[in-house]
Amino acid sequence: MDRDATILDVMTLPVLAARLRAALPARAVLTDHAQCRTYECDGLAHFTVTPAIVVLVETPEQVQTTVRLCAQSGVPFVARGSGTGLSGGALPVADGVLIVTSRMNSILEVDIPNHRAVVEPGVINLWVTREVAPQGYYFAPDPSSQLVCSIGGNVAENSGGAHCLKYGFTTNHVTGAKVVLPDGELVTLGGKATDHPGYDVLGAFVGSEGTLGIATEVTVRLMRRPEAVQTLLAGFAGTDEAGAAVSEIIAAGIVPAAVEMMDALAIEAAEAAVHCGYPAGAGAVLIVELDGPAAEVAHSFADVERMCSANGAFEIRIAADEDERTLFWKGRKSAFAAVGRISPDYLVQDGVIPRTALSEVLSRIAALSGETGVRVANVFHAGDGNLHPLVLFDGSVPDQDVRAEAVAGAILDICIEYGGSITGEHGVGHEKRKFMGRMYAEPDLDTMQLLRCAFDPDGRCNPGKVFPTPRLCGELPARRKGVHPWQEAGLAEVF
Amino acid sequence: MDALASLHKVCGEEHVRPGAAADAVDGVVPAYVAAPASTDEIRELVLVARDAGLRVGVRGASSKLGWGMPPAGLDLLLELSRQDRVLEHAAGDLVVRVEPGVRLVALREQLAPARQQLALDPPEPGATVGGVIGANASGPSRLLYGTARDLLIGITVVLADGTVARAGGKVVKNVAGYDIGKLYIGAVGTLGLVTEAIFRLHPVPAARRVVTVEVATAADAGRLTQLVTDSQLVPTALELDWPDPAGPGRLTVVVEGIEPGATAQAESAAGLLGGGAEITDTVPAGWGQRPYGGETGPAIGLKVSAEPAALRPVLDALWRVADLHHLATAVRSSAGSGVSYVGLGAAADAGRAGGPAVEIAATVIELRAAVAPYDGSVVVLQAPPEVKRLVDVWGPVPAVELMRRIKDRFDPEHRMSPGRFVGGI
Ligand SMILES: Cc1cc2nc3c(=O)[nH]c(=O)nc-3n(C[C@H](O)[C@H](O)[C@H](O)COP(=O)(O)OP(=O)(O)OC[C@H]3O[C@@H](n4cnc5c(N)ncnc54)[C@H](O)[C@@H]3O)c2cc1C
Repeated sequence: MDRDATILDVMTLPVLAARLRAALPARAVLTDHAQCRTYECDGLAHFTVTPAIVVLVETPEQVQTTVRLCAQSGVPFVARGSGTGLSGGALPVADGVLIVTSRMNSILEVDIPNHRAVVEPGVINLWVTREVAPQGYYFAPDPSSQLVCSIGGNVAENSGGAHCLKYGFTTNHVTGAKVVLPDGELVTLGGKATDHPGYDVLGAFVGSEGTLGIATEVTVRLMRRPEAVQTLLAGFAGTDEAGAAVSEIIAAGIVPAAVEMMDALAIEAAEAAVHCGYPAGAGAVLIVELDGPAAEVAHSFADVERMCSANGAFEIRIAADEDERTLFWKGRKSAFAAVGRISPDYLVQDGVIPRTALSEVLSRIAALSGETGVRVANVFHAGDGNLHPLVLFDGSVPDQDVRAEAVAGAILDICIEYGGSITGEHGVGHEKRKFMGRMYAEPDLDTMQLLRCAFDPDGRCNPGKVFPTPRLCGELPARRKGVHPWQEAGLAEVF
Repeated sequence: MDALASLHKVCGEEHVRPGAAADAVDGVVPAYVAAPASTDEIRELVLVARDAGLRVGVRGASSKLGWGMPPAGLDLLLELSRQDRVLEHAAGDLVVRVEPGVRLVALREQLAPARQQLALDPPEPGATVGGVIGANASGPSRLLYGTARDLLIGITVVLADGTVARAGGKVVKNVAGYDIGKLYIGAVGTLGLVTEAIFRLHPVPAARRVVTVEVATAADAGRLTQLVTDSQLVPTALELDWPDPAGPGRLTVVVEGIEPGATAQAESAAGLLGGGAEITDTVPAGWGQRPYGGETGPAIGLKVSAEPAALRPVLDALWRVADLHHLATAVRSSAGSGVSYVGLGAAADAGRAGGPAVEIAATVIELRAAVAPYDGSVVVLQAPPEVKRLVDVWGPVPAVELMRRIKDRFDPEHRMSPGRFVGGI
């Protein structure tokens, strides 16, 4: 990375490190290159940058001190939770500070009457559910990484999970946060109540990928465990048949807790990795889960079963108990890693299409795979059109990585063409910045930038993420005459 | 060319006129009223306003125009009732794209054949999509479906400088870029104009059961509310109606689903609520209505939000403080969500006049202090100017400086609904 001599001179970072050491416990500040290298990447491991300084914060005050000292020296900083992000959102800045929240891992308060928990940002997603399960509650957002990812990371990415079809994403389950702004000021957004007067700044902060400040405390909503859960697994000849079953379920007004689909290649991988015993010869497997009041679930579940059969399911299994249910999910939840069994390397893509375009888009992806010879395994949240194509390649063969990346990119272009999104849950981060300009027009990005500038006028908070080109906050976006470029291109009607 | 001529050029003479007394927003009469028909026309009008330095306000069906503080100035009032088209209903994707002037009632009718709904049910008559977004209005079904922030997935806005910007899109799951739409919810037009909105829809359940029970004390109301929300029932709504503290209140639980599911849930709910609970198929008269305004209701309307488990202390505090200031109260709570609407009037006469402004202002201020321990806030939704002169309708807001910085970026000249929002924004 280029060092801008006018902003940072050679002494800036050593002086900052000394100030941080003076203000924080000695164990909190790392500057040794080898130690700092531990943090060179997040879950998107092919991008690496070693930060100059790593601060392992333990309290909100330490976050504030660190951010203030960064502000005084004009040094950029990046927040990091568990580092499981899949878009390079926690990729460090070489001449900057990485602020790691994993030691801020206390559940501060469980408030069952109000259905809330107040937690520190480094608390692991699943810990919240474990803490409140004995009282019959849980935290709804359930990313597949929930054993390791942090609540702070969930907030930053607005993470989803298999069950967000019915229950929504992180943004629907966070009612409050304390945030250290890029100038070091601590603000309280929301709380345990809802409908606080003022702009819904909390709503804008969730999903801002660490570019608006660092959350030091998060208030989450707790949900009551449903009375009944029923899960079925159905084998189909192909994704078209499985997709038709999903369409019928949705058209009938049933809102399943989850509807997940895997195609033949993804099934093959899961089978090799975790021996989940999915129906032999299936070209697609559908997992449908219903939850809620017992009578409601029992009736709708029978309908779902009938709809799967009517659309060609050749085998339907119904989970008799929690163990069987776990087994159904095992194949699905391990799908990303499982692909490692059938390919030396792979890219995890994350795109969204309107659900009704599923079968068209899958044939487009199949055609793309055929033309390029790059294999693509498909795993997706079929209920809401969130695709996770896994693009397979062999990094030891020259050029294969480049071709795989081209295919992964082309899939995003297809998502945009169908009026979808370039990311449903993994975020834009470092990886997808260049696609932002394809999904949004310049004025749209300029407007997002206005928000950024209100929080971080100097652009020091997780710089280089989300937006395709860094802009200075002083420049006001040029005034435009004429119609919105989307309308000009005839796209407004598609939208 | 003067401003009026420029405005005429944009949307035709028949759709632009000088403002009249009837157009007043909280006592402020606009110089011009214009009724644009499209995002393009809005943009052109905003450009005229920019060049002439006009301060811009907006109205949908006027159902919530009295919300907020009076505008610090108003030159051009945009009336969005002509922008009333449902642009796209993708039934298979449970998504609808609408213009801001669409009335919720009309939208409900249009979605009904597909057995789908936009799950927002604020009671204000004639409420439009734009008004609901601007005021963050909600109704009883917020308990199950949430509020506008949970349902809005895409937005088109026109900023003060004429920039037309979109955020989000027409897929429910989408984390690309900032969720700009959230900022416009409840912003009473201070960040620019919403010219298009995309919402996620929900299926309309086949059956509904309504369970009601009378409650004698705030403690009972709190206890029963907690019993229901702690149970495994999934009610669509849980409302408390308490027209007069001297008499009883009524708690109503609405459950929906397929026929046998709704029946089973209703029976469990009745069991929880205890003796005296009744099961019917229809919601009680005046369901979800605000306890103020209209022909006969009190003139002062408040919204009290607090931790959901604080229903009892909120009611107790309200009654105590109101009593101290000789004011009568009428309460309707979305009890399961911690949001209560309160009508305040003079104790001797619950008619339109309302109590003396000083007593009302004092009540608001004392109530704010009393609910603060429960993360509570009190917003004055409806009040005559003499009350608004005595008390900030919004109350204290913790991150107000940050909000000002947002306003400064989106509307550096402070021409969009200036003065109506928190902290004078
Ligand atoms: C195997 C696997 C499966 C996954 N499955 C899912 C899935 O199903 N659904 C899903 O949504 N995601 C999934 N993910 C992605 C990832 O786990 C989530 O994005 C998660 O929320 C990241 O949390 P983290 O603590 O690891 O954050 P990090 O990777 O450390 O950081 C992510 C972003 O958050 C910012 N950040 C972290 N802490 C804070 C804070 N306190 N304040 C402000 N910003 C902060 C960082 O700057 C960065 O931009 C998966 C990842 C893996 C590896």
